Amino acid sequence: MPVTVELPKEKWAGKVREVTLGATPAEGGTRARMLTIGGEGTLPGLRFDGDLPHKPIIAIEIRQRKPEDWSPLLLKAWGTAIESPVEWAKAAEAAGTDLLYLALSMTTADGKPNTSDAARAVVRQVLTASSLPLAVVGPGQAEMDNELMVAVAEEAKGERLLLGVCEDKNYRTIVATAMANGHLVQSKTPMDVNLAKQLVILIHDMGMPLERIVMDPTTGALGYGIEYGYSVMERLRLAALQGDGMTQQPMIVTPGEEAWKAKEAKVGEGVPAAWGDWSARAVNWETTTATALIHAGADVVVLRHPDSVKRIRALIEGLL
Amino acid sequence: MALTGLEIYKLLPQTNCKECGLPTCLAFAMKLAAKQAELKQCPYVSEESKAKLEAASTPPIRLVTLAGEDGKLEVGNETVLFRHEKTFYHRPGLFIRVKDSDGVPSIQEKVKAADSFKVDYVGIPLTVDGFAVESASGDPATFEAAIKAVREVSKRPLVLMSSSPEAMAAGAKACAGTSPLLHAADEKNWEGMVALAKANKMPLVVRAPTLEKLAELTDKIRQAGVEDLILDPEVVGYSDTLMALTQLRRLALKKNFRPLGYPVIAFPRTGTNGKVDQVVLAAEMIAKYASLIVLDRFDPAEVYPLLVLRQNVYTDPQKPIQVQPGLYEINAPKDDSPVLVTTNFSITYFAVSNEVEGSGWPGWLVVADAEGMSVLTAWAAGKFDADRIAKAMKNTGMEGKVKHRRVIIPGQVAVLSGELEETLPGWEILVGPREAVDIPNYLKAMWK
Repeated sequence: MPVTVELPKEKWAGKVREVTLGATPAEGGTRARMLTIGGEGTLPGLRFDGDLPHKPIIAIEIRQRKPEDWSPLLLKAWGTAIESPVEWAKAAEAAGTDLLYLALSMTTADGKPNTSDAARAVVRQVLTASSLPLAVVGPGQAEMDNELMVAVAEEAKGERLLLGVCEDKNYRTIVATAMANGHLVQSKTPMDVNLAKQLVILIHDMGMPLERIVMDPTTGALGYGIEYGYSVMERLRLAALQGDGMTQQPMIVTPGEEAWKAKEAKVGEGVPAAWGDWSARAVNWETTTATALIHAGADVVVLRHPDSVKRIRALIEGLL
Repeated sequence: MALTGLEIYKLLPQTNCKECGLPTCLAFAMKLAAKQAELKQCPYVSEESKAKLEAASTPPIRLVTLAGEDGKLEVGNETVLFRHEKTFYHRPGLFIRVKDSDGVPSIQEKVKAADSFKVDYVGIPLTVDGFAVESASGDPATFEAAIKAVREVSKRPLVLMSSSPEAMAAGAKACAGTSPLLHAADEKNWEGMVALAKANKMPLVVRAPTLEKLAELTDKIRQAGVEDLILDPEVVGYSDTLMALTQLRRLALKKNFRPLGYPVIAFPRTGTNGKVDQVVLAAEMIAKYASLIVLDRFDPAEVYPLLVLRQNVYTDPQKPIQVQPGLYEINAPKDDSPVLVTTNFSITYFAVSNEVEGSGWPGWLVVADAEGMSVLTAWAAGKFDADRIAKAMKNTGMEGKVKHRRVIIPGQVAVLSGELEETLPGWEILVGPREAVDIPNYLKAMWK
């Protein structure tokens, strides 16, 4: 006898905000295209409950200076392009990224502390080398971040850059300069639903429209605490769908950075033979981390290895 | 669905006779709801109530057991859609597939390699769970020989794969004394498969291309007397898999839909278009609701990350894996060796201690009680602050163990160094690297 299976549907009251990165000439910038993220009215991939107007996007992390501490596998994958942000940006575009994620350095090539002029120059060069939308983050030291971000924001006025990183101890300067120059901000908090929400509120209270804030709830790598970030993201996304307005920002996470810190990815010597082929394992570590985070609700995944980019692209295309 | 204490109370005699050992029926009901008491403690409960309570206490997803010659695997009995709601209980089994047509030497080589695979993750041994033997040849004797060959080199639980009851009978015979999973009963062969599952007391997979057909088939099979079932919804690709497995989990948990209240087996096959990759799809299946996952290939570089993901996703969020706070001596430290501080989250502890050990440096590792949280999480929650670090230094008696007065704190809590100078007077606070992997270089550069 035929059985009727009545599928349970979720009727969500809220949805994620749409945020647009990058400005075309018509919008006052120079980017070839604009990237809209967010807008989800359902959990990742579950189209039977609601709309998924935009796919998650991939960002590739590039650096102002060749990184000293990156895994040899990453240095090999990018070759000489890693020596120059311009070449690196072009290589990242060729590798299929949607967004360039440029991290400024503490020091310039001569070993001296980074300067506003150097930051302006590198951002100008990258904007000229590639027409993709761009995110720029500071080296992670509050005073320098503020100094460099003000310069970057002015240099790229109107480009709708994503500027970061805003943290609860240091967000005002970056938010103010982003507002003054038509950019967006990345709001980062350490794996906690309430902290994530609170920082969005603080940034919004300064007058920044919610349509210009992307949340970074922070993740751990596979094996190094990913389950905390994963559950915080699931909880944030569920809260957003249930209608909690201050959790409705799209989410950016950095599985590339996290996974490549893990010993399993970073090093090939002095580890158990049972771990298998280093190169394959390392890319699997990054790809598996990113896969889990996409299923937890990531809108932007920042990656490092071109092979992970291909595989996560196939996942994103296959899911939606 | 689980009943609340009050719902249970309505089904009890409400006489407060105390014979169950509790002062009132309501107290007993509350204990029952919390699963801290059993219904049989009540001598007066009516048969009607008993039936109702038992039906309500049946798990929405059946627990099914596979047993090999050595070791068994339990899957199912899950109660939530998201791990933060409670926890996921039974980690999905990871199986490696071999085909009988590959020949005994090749099968044994693959099985031996996978069977002996073992990695240590924060003190937890990770291994594959078993093997799926497929009757690709269609010949019962070849199938039987292949299963025997697998059993010669592995004692782990098996999945037998054939759509022919005749071949399956040969396979079941080769598995006497164990309880492999039979894959699979479908619309055409189910009567033959049910007879085999019943006669051998083996769990059975029910396979169908739609949820309706799956439900129809499990109904028939249950009526024919086989209860230990696993579902194969024949999913292909990322989207189909996610949607079907989510719907199955929801139907079981939210609708208590009995015909589909079973664990799910899934095959992350690479497919013909090459667009799906085994690792990515298997990772999706681990996160979203598969209970058994059968991989085509065995590659340690793929299996290791998948087993770690499984361990992470199935960790109880209420009980992070912790180590005992206190002093850990690494490489026989002396009174001039470095002193490092970290938290008692096991992953943090193992990451730090492995690096110090691997660096060859003797060191004193002071593990503060951060309630099992990692450095950054604990710091954000106020569980790893200057007071707690100072307390750990005091409790471990570091002052008496080293001549120097220098202590290394994790780079992620560099902000604590000012406060620590006050809570640890006389100590110089050194800010270590943000990541454990950089400890050897740090010690080389900074110590002495």
